[in-house]
Amino acid sequence: MTSPFEYAPAPESRAVVDIAPNYGLFIDGEFTDAADGKVFKTVSPSTEEVLSEIAQAGEADVDRAVKAARRAFEKWSALPGSERAKYLFRIARIIQERSRELAVLETLDNGKPIKETRDADLPLVAAHFFYYAGWADKLDHAGYGADPRPLGVAGQVIPWNFPLLMLAWKIAPALATGNTVVLKPAETTPLSALFFADICRQAGLPKGVVNILPGYGDTGAALVAHPDVNKVAFTGSTAVGKQIARTVAGTDKKVTLELGGKGANIVFDDAPIDQAVEGIVNGIFFNQGQVCCAGSRLLVQESIQDELLDSLKRRLSTLRLGDPLDKNTDIGAINSEEQLSRITSLVERGEAEGAERWTAACDLPEAGYWFAPTLFTNVTQAHTIARDEVFGPVLSVLTFRTPDEAVAKANNSQYGLSAGIWTEKGSRILAVANKLRAGVVWANTFNKFDPTSPFGGYKESGFGREGGRHGLEAYLDV
Amino acid sequence: MPTTASAAAAFADVTASESTLRRFLHGLPGVDAVGLEARAASLGTRSIKTTSKAYAIDLAISMIDLTTLEGADTPGKVRALAAKAVHPDPTDRTTPTTAAVCVYPDMVATAKAALAGSDVKVASVATAFPAGRAALPVKLADTADAIAAGADEIDMVIDRGAFLAGRYLEVYDQIAAIRAECGDRARLKVIFETGELSTYDNIRRASWLGMMAGADFIKTSTGKVAVNATPANTLLMLEAVRDFRAQTGVQIGVKPAGGIRNTKEAIKFLVLVNETAGADWLDNHWFRFGASSLLNDLLMQRQKMATGHYSGPDYVTVD
Repeated sequence: MTSPFEYAPAPESRAVVDIAPNYGLFIDGEFTDAADGKVFKTVSPSTEEVLSEIAQAGEADVDRAVKAARRAFEKWSALPGSERAKYLFRIARIIQERSRELAVLETLDNGKPIKETRDADLPLVAAHFFYYAGWADKLDHAGYGADPRPLGVAGQVIPWNFPLLMLAWKIAPALATGNTVVLKPAETTPLSALFFADICRQAGLPKGVVNILPGYGDTGAALVAHPDVNKVAFTGSTAVGKQIARTVAGTDKKVTLELGGKGANIVFDDAPIDQAVEGIVNGIFFNQGQVCCAGSRLLVQESIQDELLDSLKRRLSTLRLGDPLDKNTDIGAINSEEQLSRITSLVERGEAEGAERWTAACDLPEAGYWFAPTLFTNVTQAHTIARDEVFGPVLSVLTFRTPDEAVAKANNSQYGLSAGIWTEKGSRILAVANKLRAGVVWANTFNKFDPTSPFGGYKESGFGREGGRHGLEAYLDV
Repeated sequence: MPTTASAAAAFADVTASESTLRRFLHGLPGVDAVGLEARAASLGTRSIKTTSKAYAIDLAISMIDLTTLEGADTPGKVRALAAKAVHPDPTDRTTPTTAAVCVYPDMVATAKAALAGSDVKVASVATAFPAGRAALPVKLADTADAIAAGADEIDMVIDRGAFLAGRYLEVYDQIAAIRAECGDRARLKVIFETGELSTYDNIRRASWLGMMAGADFIKTSTGKVAVNATPANTLLMLEAVRDFRAQTGVQIGVKPAGGIRNTKEAIKFLVLVNETAGADWLDNHWFRFGASSLLNDLLMQRQKMATGHYSGPDYVTVD
């Protein structure tokens, strides 16, 4: 039934962020046009409004940025760790001071709800800078011997799902260890990286230490292939990850890849059901399911399937989809038309293959890219939607009978990034977690992040770890 | 129409013996404390503005059991409270009345007389409130006394000692006996004193125990211990009444009591109701606030919404 308690619109103010009509590339401490003058537009996925026009970096710009980073490397890497830490602490504090502005900006450019950018993305971004700032003068104690050396110039390519957070995951450890950076944000979400460039200037970061090159896949390819890049860090699709691995094969570039996933969220019959429902919702509908570690496969013990699905559907019916700037919105917009069509085609495939679709009843706004929370039952390991990463608000529900079967099904995936275990039995958590081939295993929770905890995948989910002490290794010559 | 009596009958096999009851209560799904508190906190970030805030304030006022439970209570104090319940804001007669006035049994007659002609109910605590440490005949007499004096609602406390010692059937039988004493003369609220039950698993078990034994309402606390109503324990009890109705068709009310002092907190509780049990509970027949100081804050916020400015505590009555 409809509630008499309708929540009146509670929009966060757009006035806190001032988006310029156009932005240049950020090279050597300056904003400049692309050498060939190319530009592209970035739109707000919830309204399709054009937010700004952005310079598009080409090969010549990549070369210029890498040269600037190389020049900056000598002095930056020679600074005492405690000096580098000062810059990072300063950046972290500026991010906190400007967090409301950055949260609104990220919501406008990405489409995710303000609730998430405000309560998850931005606090984590600042936390990552604080955390790695703390490491900068303690690298002797990181377990890699005395005075571990940086690699040089890091070429970093990040995705659109957590634009500023992925930037923080890449830039904070790189700078703390003494590397300099050329970073390419995703073409649909370049704005927060460009605001970060401004923060670097505000913090007085020496020029050339951080360079930001907005562009498409070809910009990223040129960056990765540049002969003077010593380290490649990529987060994104497995297909592009494979291309990058081919590009750098045979060179002495160090690589970390954080790719796709098809996380299994395993619910045993002794699970705390109400909290498991919350965890399932958080696992697959956080950021509209556009999360590499999303719990996109629900493995539920057959004996509680009906009860759990009833609770889950009831809960999904309360999700509020709409204006991402409204503080009460739970589900925002899909990031791009391209992503929406990918989700739509995989969902059609799921239906064609005989899985049973259930979609929460909610009105979708007319403009923008939207997909209502959806789940599929009667899914088996043979269904495409149980194997391929949808990267959208679509949950596949499978069942199991015994813990061994749950483990076998969870591991039966080309990916191995994340998994969740729901049970009140502590011994079962430990036993199952040890058998799961996934980089992150959450117990009685899902999608919890912390800068102190390493993150990364098995199998086609990539290699290398980001975050924590382990995250330092990717940027050190060890 | 399913009733609390038919619900009790549906669970006859569960409550047949100490061991069946224990198996049932211990077989309820566990509660993950971190997850429960995280969910309650996340609902607490809902932003309730303008028209929905005005609706929520009036709804919250209408849900208050305006309470005085002091050793120093006098007829004068109770009459003042009753007057306030009927006209919470003497400057604005559009203000809804509170749901009830809640007093000790010996004050019921005074309250009843003061409320004559209004829709405001008289609730009385009973059963050796707040400790509940008395023999069953004493508790029954306490209850009978309150009902005889005109109480419309009885707020009983469970025997936490028996509950924590695992004597669930004893707790059940006592609630059932009080239920029988109330009959259809008074609605029964069962207070668990969640702060003393201590774990969320216990609160879920107590909720089912109370509902099976015939409670019309399940209530968090007496307001006399350190931890009273919290968003998390109320959320958990809302889940219990939601699940109970799904299973039996019988709707049970929820009353958080103690510790809810301002409008912002009260609205958070209403959000919990709306998004957990659902809109059917957004009515003072099914949800109450046990509170005293909350009312004045709601009135000040209500005045602010009506006039655009915040007038301060001297513009609401102090009783």
